[in-house]
Amino acid sequence: MGTLTVNTALLRKILVGFVHDEVTKVGVRKGVLGLSGGIDSALVAYIAAEALGPENVYAYTMPYRTSNPESEEHAKLVADALGINYQVLEITPMVDAYFALVPDADNMRRGNKMARERMTILYDHSAAVGGLVLGTSNKTELLLGYGTLHGDMASALNPIGDIYKSQVWELSEAMGVPREVIDKKPSADLWAGQTDEQELGFSYRDADELLYRMVDQRMNRDELIAAGFAPEFIDNVHKKVQGSHFKRRLPVIAKVSNRTIDRDFRYARDWGK
Amino acid sequence: MDFTVALAQIKPKLGCLDDNMALIEAAIEKGISEGAHLVVFPELALTGYFLKDLVPDVAIGLDAPQITRLKLLSRRISIAIGLVEVTADYRFFNTALYLEGGEILQVHRKVYLPTYGLFDEQRYLARGEHFRAFDTRFGRVGMLICEDMWHLSAPYILAMDGATTLICLSSSPGRGISGAEGLGSAAAWQRLTSTTAMFLNCRVLYCNRVGYEDGINFWGGSEAIAPSGEVTVRGSLLEEDFVLAKVEEGALRRERIFSPMMRDENLAITVKELKRIDRERG
Repeated sequence: MGTLTVNTALLRKILVGFVHDEVTKVGVRKGVLGLSGGIDSALVAYIAAEALGPENVYAYTMPYRTSNPESEEHAKLVADALGINYQVLEITPMVDAYFALVPDADNMRRGNKMARERMTILYDHSAAVGGLVLGTSNKTELLLGYGTLHGDMASALNPIGDIYKSQVWELSEAMGVPREVIDKKPSADLWAGQTDEQELGFSYRDADELLYRMVDQRMNRDELIAAGFAPEFIDNVHKKVQGSHFKRRLPVIAKVSNRTIDRDFRYARDWGK
Repeated sequence: MDFTVALAQIKPKLGCLDDNMALIEAAIEKGISEGAHLVVFPELALTGYFLKDLVPDVAIGLDAPQITRLKLLSRRISIAIGLVEVTADYRFFNTALYLEGGEILQVHRKVYLPTYGLFDEQRYLARGEHFRAFDTRFGRVGMLICEDMWHLSAPYILAMDGATTLICLSSSPGRGISGAEGLGSAAAWQRLTSTTAMFLNCRVLYCNRVGYEDGINFWGGSEAIAPSGEVTVRGSLLEEDFVLAKVEEGALRRERIFSPMMRDENLAITVKELKRIDRERG
């Protein structure tokens, strides 16, 4: 359908400018990110290297023992191509130590724990190198809630949170992300053979076409059906967006005073910057 | 008269009056040294845009030391600049000042405060009540602040009030990325400024800021548009710039001869019909 095609030169300029401006205005020059071997973090690494200089980008691959070895190879490919600082930190000892205490945890809990383990490592390195953690969640994932709250969704700033997966693919092509990384099937890599699209039950391309019309163009259900989307697909995606909204908001605060944080105490985060 | 305008496409810091004042003074000095006669700044140049609860903290009265300083500088170059103004009854306005010859010649308070989408101005600011043209050494001028220009009546009133130069101070967020060459918001603005100039046989001097506030970019692209609607100079996209444009009196004269729409514009019919509409709306 092609509605999601973007002017990649312009998008690149905005996102590179964003990372440069929002990082340097807080008085630091460095960015820290988790490099999974997937396309989203690869693209953020490319944007960050252009914005901050490769010497100021610190990327970490944090595999668990069940992670696909190919992921680490792809992460290294990206790090080498960019010349950014790169380190592999295995999370197996920490994660296994915890699950020895709660051995009955299911796959979801294990996946969330791994995502949050990685988050603590990134924030620790953020303090160690004096850099901001760069988020790597795209708009599709954020809207569907396909991420771990306080895990991979945690960051100081996110350059790709307003672009859909289809646009991540397009921009990655334009910025020269390695072919292997672009072409492989998206995966959270929590267990062998897992793919996002299998787990979600639909393709990112289809979800993006629907989300773009639903969210960006504010088409209602009847209009979406008239545009050719199956009612069950619309309802399924809408339910995911609504059901995951809590992940996109700060915790709600019980209001008792006249000025409550974020309710009637309102300042931009860039206050004074 | 022929004159040179400088469009100071700056990147203000959010809520930092002293830093921004330094930025503004540097741009004014640059304008003077480059031979400009008028320097135009963006909307809220002194304060930054997404102020929210900072509005009362960054607001200044027209007797503030910053204004005294700008008045002094305006002896050397005419200045159009945006800031938050506080009045004696503690209303806060998104204001544009025009300073010349050591005096404030005009105070325009933004009338149309956008409160939709990413905008929330009406929550924090009071609404201006006037569109008035005023005389300057470059002829009669009208000022608009960003959203004001999206209301057809605003530049129309200024042009009917005799303005031949429209100055628009802007903090326009960049949005609407697509496959097209430009940003959606930039393309829309470019159509608007050009069409307004053409409809009203006026020059348009448009100054938009750059930089990011909480992830929102301001796209710049400041421009000078001739009364024919043609862009004479345009600043860079998304980057700081200092755009110098020669504004030629002859271009205005010739356009007004070729396309005398403003001469023929019938105020009586417009007023009569608007009064009727007002009456019928009850």
